[in-house]
Amino acid sequence: MIELRNVYKIFNDGTANAVHALKDINLKIEKGEFLVLLGSNGSGKSTLINVIAGNATVSSGDVLIEGKKVNHLKDFERSKWIARIFQNPLQGTAPDLSIIDNFRLAALRTKPKKFVMGITKKFRTEVQEKIRLLNMGLENKLDSPVGSLSGGQRQALTLSMAVMDKAKILLMDEPTAALDPKTSELLMSNAVKFISLFGFTTIFITHHLKDAHRLGNRIIQMHDGKIFRDIQKAEKEKLQLNELFIWFE
Amino acid sequence: MDFYTTAILQGLGFTALGLGIFLTLKIFNIPDITTDGSYTLGGAVTAIMLVNGFNPYITLLVAVCSGMIAGFTTGIIHTKLKVNALLAGILVMTALYSINLSIMGRSNIPLTQTPTIFSAITFTSNEFNNKAVLFALFSALLFLFINWLLKTDFGIAMRATGNSESMVRSLGVDTQRMKIIGLALANGLTALSGFLITQYQGFADINMGIGIVISGLGAVIIGDSLVKLLRNNKLFVQILGVIAGTILFRLILAFALDSGLNPNYLKLITAAIVLLVVSVTRFTKEESR
Repeated sequence: MIELRNVYKIFNDGTANAVHALKDINLKIEKGEFLVLLGSNGSGKSTLINVIAGNATVSSGDVLIEGKKVNHLKDFERSKWIARIFQNPLQGTAPDLSIIDNFRLAALRTKPKKFVMGITKKFRTEVQEKIRLLNMGLENKLDSPVGSLSGGQRQALTLSMAVMDKAKILLMDEPTAALDPKTSELLMSNAVKFISLFGFTTIFITHHLKDAHRLGNRIIQMHDGKIFRDIQKAEKEKLQLNELFIWFE
Repeated sequence: MDFYTTAILQGLGFTALGLGIFLTLKIFNIPDITTDGSYTLGGAVTAIMLVNGFNPYITLLVAVCSGMIAGFTTGIIHTKLKVNALLAGILVMTALYSINLSIMGRSNIPLTQTPTIFSAITFTSNEFNNKAVLFALFSALLFLFINWLLKTDFGIAMRATGNSESMVRSLGVDTQRMKIIGLALANGLTALSGFLITQYQGFADINMGIGIVISGLGAVIIGDSLVKLLRNNKLFVQILGVIAGTILFRLILAFALDSGLNPNYLKLITAAIVLLVVSVTRFTKEESR
């Protein structure tokens, strides 16, 4: 589904402040895989996600999605495959727009935004069904501005916006970083439900080792711009939580 | 009293400009001051075409298109050349001064002998009433158009572009293209006001656009305060607020002149009114927090 070949990313190349964020990354992520990405701050996790999403361009090497080279595609062009949940709840939704407006755009992820009234009764029902899956009671607030909701509610909406149009890849960069423990747990259980229900290929960055241990079917630890550990499904199931803690010592 | 009815009439003529500023400032969150230039451009194109015998409908089309090209240019400079929006606007506005002068060939073109949109469309033989009906009609059509546009799928993408750029890009919208279209549309509307006001006042003048952006900003901010007073944030209320703000702004100016103010101080008063409205809304906002 996603493939990185000899990917390098150097920020401020050629200056004294050059940062080698990614060094010769080779990575293949299969369809339906749920990859947990670990690593200390500055290890290159977010850069890795950004070169896949197109928010950063690679310095050299290739990024492939479904076997297609996407190096030259911009972030908004790669969004036909990729849905994102950002670290900051404010980034995934438009606060002054109503829930239904946000979902209308999400429903047009892969389609042109035309001069037509797309918010019909049928569309509202469709959105309500998707939001009901979250079990948060938001399905009755379609016309409220998203800005009036809590961070946890907004992250949950971003999650369900991902399933409005046929995105195949879900990128989550510390989606629970700004949330309290209870809300975090609710969001992650919803995420797991959506991932299995809609068959996403997922990359999940987290600092919560408990989440890293119990979620996903592959785990990668990054260190200094390189892939330091790559634990596949069978091995990951045998992995003990305290082993994860030892990784960071 | 005549003084005030004239002010209302003028306000209706400036509706298009107010809505243009509303689009850039409130919808796209871009401070665009190409306005001074594109308003005069609309007036210059209108005057030169009418004087040369073109019919008012074709003139209308060309005037609006000329404004759109001006906005398009600002948009390209802002998005593709990564120039700050304010600076991009100043650059185009400054360049337009020379362009407007070369279009007009001189600094003032009177329209006393030429047929205008007012002679082309007559609802009543009373000249003043005819102008009023026509301006009101334009304003109503613009209200319907903007209200429709912002509710379409494209319009939702427009609103999201000014609200959360990361979100709308992650949903497949080319925000640079959106901003260029928005700036073109806004300045097309501004030029439409130039078209209407030039024929209303009976001449185009190279200096007619000086400070016009401020009156547009004032209108939008007054409109915004009205919407807050009504505690109704629906789109059509916001758009109506802008139209009401445009008219109110002209009424305030008329009141200032009516109370014996030296017309030389008009721009000073304009700036003072806008400052007053801005600071009052800021003050009340902090109060309510």
